[in-house]
Amino acid sequence: MNSVEDALAQRKLLESWVPFLELACQEVFEIMLGSKLDPPDASVLPSFNVTAMVGLAGQLCGVLTLRCSSASANLMASRMLGVELEQADQHMWDALGEVCNMIAGNFKNKLTGMGDRCMLSVPTVVTGEDYTLHALTDGGPLERPFSFAGLPIMISLEIHS
Amino acid sequence: MNKVRALIVDDSSVMRKIVERSLRQAGIDLSEVREAGNGAEGLSSLTDSGVDLILCDINMPVMDGIEFLRQLQTVQNAKGVPVVMITTEGSESHVVQALSIGARGYIRKPFTADQVKEHVIPLLEQKK
Repeated sequence: MNSVEDALAQRKLLESWVPFLELACQEVFEIMLGSKLDPPDASVLPSFNVTAMVGLAGQLCGVLTLRCSSASANLMASRMLGVELEQADQHMWDALGEVCNMIAGNFKNKLTGMGDRCMLSVPTVVTGEDYTLHALTDGGPLERPFSFAGLPIMISLEIHS
Repeated sequence: MNKVRALIVDDSSVMRKIVERSLRQAGIDLSEVREAGNGAEGLSSLTDSGVDLILCDINMPVMDGIEFLRQLQTVQNAKGVPVVMITTEGSESHVVQALSIGARGYIRKPFTADQVKEHVIPLLEQKK
């Protein structure tokens, strides 16, 4: 196969994983936060200043990111812990990293046979808006936007062939 | 059920609080909850006195949950204490490895309070 065909085949494979990625996200939010994820609201302009990342290594190699606003991260911590927003503030980075970690783990466990052949890194959380993430993967990311309690969030999966 | 002393080992403070809440929701009367951010801290917390139940993550910095389980076997205060792994690493090999070196249960994240109850209550009842 030439490189164009390789790239197309990889893209097709990546897109076939969309239902698993969406289900993995939905399950984590429903079980751990008691919240449903909705389709993105086109009238709300996304503004992301927090990014959680979990690396995947082994047969599946790449990075899964969860981007959102600090207001979303605070709300996630609040719902996970069952406390008021003011009390959840100090836990928002930890909560966001853990949500990203659970999505990554839940996703790879849904791919047949991948559980044993793919390892996860511990999560990393970056704050700020003015940066570019170079995941050193080939091909563009698989991005799934959602609305969490009316706030936009973005899940991205970038895979190295 | 008697009062239970629990050790929760996870690098996420949010997850430690969720696990504690799940134990309380399961009706477990916790007299003491010790928290540790990695396996090494977990082992240190057992130096002076033991606990009745340990819940442990696998992917952690400094010392992961598998190494914690290995070293736990030599800790006098941990003899006979049931250990339940709670982790995103849900692969078959991780489960087999953890169970082969002393874990008594395995819960995959995301988890519900009912799942914690199903795994933990029988272990505490056996221990009585």
